[in-house]
Amino acid sequence: MSKNINVALIGNPNTGKTSVFNQLTGLKQKVGNYPGITVEKKEGVCKLPRGVKAHILDLPGTYSLNTTSLDESVVVELLLNRNDKDFPDVVVVISDVENLKRNLLLFTQIKDLRIPAILVINMADRMRRKGITLDVALLEKKLDTKIALVSMRKNTGIEKIKELIADYKNLSTKPNVDTTVIAPDYFERLKKTFPNEDLYKLWLVITQDVNFMPIEKKTIPDTSSFSTKSKSELKRLQQKETILRYQFINGILKEAYKVDLKVARGFRATLDKILTHKVFGYLIFFIILLTIFQAIYDWSSYPMDFIDEQFAAASEWVKDSLPPGVFTNLIAEGILAGIGGIVIFIPQIAFLFLFISLLEESGYMSRVVFLMDRVMRPFGLSGKSVVPLISGTACAIPAVMATRNIENWKERLITILVTPFTTCSARLPVYLIIIALVIPEGRFIGLSYQALTLMLLYLIGFMAALFSAMILHKILDIKSRSFFVIEMPNYKLPLLKNVAYTVIEKTKSFVYGAGKIILAISIVLWFLGSNGYSDRFTKAEDLVKQRISEKGFTVYNQEDISKKMEAYRETLEDRQAMDRSQLLDSLALKKDSLEKRAVRQEIASFKLENSYIGNIGKAIEPLVKPLGYDWKIGIAVLTSFAAREVFVGTLATIYSVGNDEEETIKNRMAAEVNPGTDKPLFNLASGISLLLFYAFAMQCMSTLAVVKRETNSWKWPLAQLSIMSTFAYIIALVAYQILK
Amino acid sequence: MSTTVVDLKMGQRGIIKECADDILPIKLLELGCLPGNEIEMIQIAPLRDPIYVNVNGSHIAIRRSTARLILVDILEDA
Repeated sequence: MSKNINVALIGNPNTGKTSVFNQLTGLKQKVGNYPGITVEKKEGVCKLPRGVKAHILDLPGTYSLNTTSLDESVVVELLLNRNDKDFPDVVVVISDVENLKRNLLLFTQIKDLRIPAILVINMADRMRRKGITLDVALLEKKLDTKIALVSMRKNTGIEKIKELIADYKNLSTKPNVDTTVIAPDYFERLKKTFPNEDLYKLWLVITQDVNFMPIEKKTIPDTSSFSTKSKSELKRLQQKETILRYQFINGILKEAYKVDLKVARGFRATLDKILTHKVFGYLIFFIILLTIFQAIYDWSSYPMDFIDEQFAAASEWVKDSLPPGVFTNLIAEGILAGIGGIVIFIPQIAFLFLFISLLEESGYMSRVVFLMDRVMRPFGLSGKSVVPLISGTACAIPAVMATRNIENWKERLITILVTPFTTCSARLPVYLIIIALVIPEGRFIGLSYQALTLMLLYLIGFMAALFSAMILHKILDIKSRSFFVIEMPNYKLPLLKNVAYTVIEKTKSFVYGAGKIILAISIVLWFLGSNGYSDRFTKAEDLVKQRISEKGFTVYNQEDISKKMEAYRETLEDRQAMDRSQLLDSLALKKDSLEKRAVRQEIASFKLENSYIGNIGKAIEPLVKPLGYDWKIGIAVLTSFAAREVFVGTLATIYSVGNDEEETIKNRMAAEVNPGTDKPLFNLASGISLLLFYAFAMQCMSTLAVVKRETNSWKWPLAQLSIMSTFAYIIALVAYQILK
Repeated sequence: MSTTVVDLKMGQRGIIKECADDILPIKLLELGCLPGNEIEMIQIAPLRDPIYVNVNGSHIAIRRSTARLILVDILEDA
């Protein structure tokens, strides 16, 4: 007979709970959020002996059932609510053999709730090196449970866990500790008021209400009327409870658990001395950061270019092989381009999470937090915000996803909100082309002005992030834990399986979570850019061809064609073996193809000018004029709200030059004249104004989609979009008006 | 003047005498920060804050402001 049972994995952080989960479920796992909150919910399925199928729930790591954070309250609420569909038939408490004493605190609390509980003691492989001896049989007897001594690293014991789970009916549900002795009178009264309820459960409900936030009382006894203790009295009682539990645990461990301290020290202490050293510590962190940076920035460009090419090729293929029409265009330019815009981020996300999970798994991350905490504190952040903020310099999307490690919600929200200020790699093409256009060449104490400008822009990004964090810290009224206690776990060699799962899972959550929104916006932008209501749009082809036949190509295209013809003629003449008629034929062919290309480009330009986007661009011209832009730059800025790097491509289309030649685009931009002032359109004033606008504005729908996913509401991404962009506008306006 | 955890020098150990239990986060108690337990200063961060201690076998980092709430008797090493 096959049946389904619910199993919950509970344990302290850093006990290898995730490894156990991965081993039990393999890739049959699902990661989502608990409804309404941003705590991750990991579920999976596991086949057990004797045809039992187990639904495994991996609960957030917690040190006890005394809740102080949202993550922990998820655990407590589930365990208190017997009617929850996930309520476990059996709880598997994962512990770490080195910190057994502390891990057992949580175990005894769960046991006292009379829920069947198995104890898994992980990292058995470290026992010898740490000089630990353990009497498992005695421990089983004293704790009145079944124990599996396992090592996820050496892959031993997982079958034992499965067997114990399948056998859960034979587990004792007798409590370990009698909590009522900490305040006999109080519990006596409690018993009189709620005669049918379990006393320890009531106690947890009361302390949870007082310490953290009231839980929903649908199926849990409502104890709010029963308040005969003040907050500090309750806390003192909780302390008494903790001491009581430790007494019980110490009594057991004295007999069953022995550590030879002489063996235990050494490696960890040495490594800690180096990694948290005031010089070497920062140096090592800096080198690791550089490597991460290099990976996201540089190494990932190879797969990214490959993806880009593949999608461009696929788009071409669709256009060539399907009958031309709106539908083909939708697939080729809307949907494929949209999907390409999602897939292109996968290498960066995968690289960042590869490093982050290596750092986490090895135990190094806590040392970074330790080193950086004091530095970040004046800005209302803690050491935990450092890695997300710095990886934002490569790409804000994985960076925002990386904030999941910050348990404090206020801190995490602030980090999410300010990360997009850091200079991401998508800003770089825009910066490079504008700097090349408007910043004069020349040097200042050996450094080129252009390089200095670029550095300044990176600095501005960081400063903007830090100072807005400071402001947000002051104005955001969010209650959250303000204390800082970081466990410094032992150093371990990362388990490749866990690292791989993290990378796969984060990538998947980006593709499915944020991907939908990105795709939708791409299709909308495509529609606006490739459709128009006016005759000028629908008859664009005829109008442009007519104009060309009457007035010829635009001045720029005429010059471009004759220049290219000249160059072509020279290369042909260099090759001797060609008679005169052959030469003329070749030249005619070349000219024909160049002209056809020019026609195509001018039609595309004309169409874009008269599309909805073009109309919008012209409509907002009064708005961008004070910043020194014309409607063409306006359109480029508008389309950049999809992704900043689109700026260059859009200008290329508007100026009807091929998209592929950066140098050509630059020359074309340099030739553009502002009709109002007769000066070059891209001058120092408008250039700086553009640079500053791109530095501050929130122009990345993918980031917005990720922020929506991570904060579980549209409120924060919309606030980011409006506040950052308004700020950018004002700064750009001031800059232009001063420099003009 | 009473000595607290912040007064420990690197490598020095002490026995916890008393915790300001009203203000001290319960999480610290759970990690073993209870009267009678031993606490060792392992490392002080470069900007003097936070500090890294071993209390009752738990290796944790806490800020100085929290550490001041934990009174200790310093163990003089022989």
